[in-house]
Amino acid sequence: MDITVNILLTIATAATPLLIAAIGELVVERSGVLNLGVEGMMIMGAVCGFGAAYLTGSPWIGVLAAIIAGALFSLLFAFMTLTLATNQVATGLSLTILGLGLSGMIGTNFVGLPGVRLPNLYIPGLSDIPVVGKLLFGQDPLFYVSIALVIAVSWFLFKTRKGLMLRSIGDSHSSAHALGIPVIAYRYLAVMFGGACAGLAGAHLSLVYTPQWVENMTAGRGWIALALVVFASWRPMRVLAGAYIFGAVWIGQLHAQAFGIPVPSQFLSALPYLATIVVLVLISRNKRLTMMNTPASLGQPFVPDR
Amino acid sequence: MAKSADKAANLIEVRGLTKVFGTLTACDHVDLSIREGEIHALLGENGAGKSTLVKMLFGSLEPTSGELFWKGKPVRIGSPSVARSLGIGMVFQHFSLFEALTAAENIALSLHDGATLDEIASRSRELSKTYGLPLDPDSLVGDLSVGERQRIEITRCLLQEPDLIILDEPTSVLTPQEADKLFETLERLRSEGKSILYISHRLEEVKRLCDRATVMRHGKVVGHCDPRKETAASLARMMVGTDVVTAESTPIELGGAPELLAICGLSRKPAGPFSMPLKNIWLSVRTGEVLGIAGVAGNGQGEFFEAVSGEALQESADAVRIRGKSVGRVGISARRRMGAAFVPEERLGHGAAPRMKLSENLLLSRHDTDRNAFVALGGFVKSGAIQSATQRIIEAMDVRKSAPDPEAAALSGGNLQKFIIGRELDRQPAVMVVNQPTWGVDAGAAARIRQALISLARAGSAVLVISQDLDELFEISDAIAVMHNGELSKPIPRGEATYEKIGLLMGGAEPGHAAPHHPEVA
Repeated sequence: MDITVNILLTIATAATPLLIAAIGELVVERSGVLNLGVEGMMIMGAVCGFGAAYLTGSPWIGVLAAIIAGALFSLLFAFMTLTLATNQVATGLSLTILGLGLSGMIGTNFVGLPGVRLPNLYIPGLSDIPVVGKLLFGQDPLFYVSIALVIAVSWFLFKTRKGLMLRSIGDSHSSAHALGIPVIAYRYLAVMFGGACAGLAGAHLSLVYTPQWVENMTAGRGWIALALVVFASWRPMRVLAGAYIFGAVWIGQLHAQAFGIPVPSQFLSALPYLATIVVLVLISRNKRLTMMNTPASLGQPFVPDR
Repeated sequence: MAKSADKAANLIEVRGLTKVFGTLTACDHVDLSIREGEIHALLGENGAGKSTLVKMLFGSLEPTSGELFWKGKPVRIGSPSVARSLGIGMVFQHFSLFEALTAAENIALSLHDGATLDEIASRSRELSKTYGLPLDPDSLVGDLSVGERQRIEITRCLLQEPDLIILDEPTSVLTPQEADKLFETLERLRSEGKSILYISHRLEEVKRLCDRATVMRHGKVVGHCDPRKETAASLARMMVGTDVVTAESTPIELGGAPELLAICGLSRKPAGPFSMPLKNIWLSVRTGEVLGIAGVAGNGQGEFFEAVSGEALQESADAVRIRGKSVGRVGISARRRMGAAFVPEERLGHGAAPRMKLSENLLLSRHDTDRNAFVALGGFVKSGAIQSATQRIIEAMDVRKSAPDPEAAALSGGNLQKFIIGRELDRQPAVMVVNQPTWGVDAGAAARIRQALISLARAGSAVLVISQDLDELFEISDAIAVMHNGELSKPIPRGEATYEKIGLLMGGAEPGHAAPHHPEVA
């Protein structure tokens, strides 16, 4: 029983950063912007979160620093792709490369330092209930934040007027502009929300998952988050499901290695990416479903003509 | 205009409105006034400046100079939301709807009164019923026909309770019967005291519907008139500036003329989520014949053209036959080598590469069919031969241009279309397939293109013309078939075809008629 609970807890811990980064990117892509810089924003969040927490001793200040770092870093992307209308793919890729390099430089002195861990939630009584207590009331705070984010984003996109406007921009930015919706302003906000989420996901890695700073510690999770958005066909609830499936694959891989299953460890490490490819191939077969949910103006720069 | 002072007051008045794009003056000191409770026509050819004028009225373009008066007060309309708050609503020619959203969501986007989606859905259902525009608010726009999409646009516009409604070429996507329904709606709105600015180049509609007309040519207003007192010919003369020539087609006796193009049981699965499947299409075009295919846009014409031209291959080789040979499994170049020629709907980006010169565009389409003429040993291009062929086409089709060998995108729509058609005619193709030959082309160029297609047929080729323009099909075709919902009706000989008959088929009124069962033609 305890083993099952522990496995479930580790899956949740592995899934949470994927979920937070992916739900942020989902909002960005619903507005019609493709930001491939998730990995870079995430690692910036991780290093700034770790640094701020270490220097102040407060993990919460670390979380705040990570959010701000992610948002500011995405602002660079927003300025280039939205104001200067540069190519989103190239800009996003360079954001990732820049983030990986810059975080390594910022974090030179943090390597090997003991980290500050964000404490798990503990509600006397509730958290002590066997099995469910730990699962429902004893996890790290960002787990609850991630679930709340999914619900909030889902409600925002499909139940509010502003969410409808955001989706309409993603479907056709020129039509939205013709209706008088401020396309660029919405996209700035969406990109910065995505950046803040990626930063928060990075904080989860360096303050909860493995509370220390290691160069390249995101280890491709930003790319998995990007794949997750497509996997979920741009639907928040499917991102939630997908994040946990991917998290389970990630953990399954670790356990398989620990049990000494005679499979090369490299293969198991590659499994999440393999799963991504298989899923992408599978969902792209249903063209109608993909096209209906895919933001039609995804990746296209918008330059209004006056 | 002084005589009208005692009538209804002006709702909107425009004085000296000018819009300059670089070196082009799209609108040159335009004056226009629309009274309360009238349907006012804005007439003009493509490129006359109608759309530019309307965009300035709706705030999506900023005028370079000029004055606007709304209910007698000077106003500046800086954005579409300003226009809407004044009481100006617009139904666009190229729909501004979001395909991935539902009808109700689309309507909600342009309303600003804080109503919930459910309220908006019930309000639009009610309003659409009152005005005879049936509409399901929960349907996804991507799944709807163009006629249904237009109803959403109109409903959306009416829910904002505008005083002035601008309609940009509203009937270009409708069957004649759908257009009649639209006219009833518009007349009803007029009787409620609303004003309508009706943009069109279809003169019969304007004569029937409108109280006053303003005619534009080359960015200038060339006249105001009462369309009911004019004839179609006199209105056309005002629009074009000279007498309009129509193409001449003498009836032809086909008898046992040999069949050059045959489509036998062509079916095609939908290529994308919003595209139309083709269902068991049979067709035969004989030497000397111009066959027209009518239909409302989006009923499978594009998919059909791709299948005939070889852009999309068929499963069965026999589905398409050119001069007796089965070509269903071979691509576009192989079909061209058998003497066929194809002109797609989209001029820029499909019919021609926009940033390449005319001579280069010539080589692109004919390097394979005229290899001996244009390509030397070792794959080198014979530029002299290409240049002289380009000049020959330019002269034959009277292509007007500003440079000796300009980029395709530098030509006006009509001139580029003349070049693209001329490029194929220059080969004297045995089979010519054209999709929307004169879409967005001025009257002079259109007449020339139509005449050229008739001459090609009479010289012994088979010509297949797909068009949304019924007038055009009646002018040049020897028989007209109708495409509806991916099915093709039997061709109706020119002598028996009427607008009403074709219109009913376009609306799918006789589905039985649209599913012919031809015997296998040997």
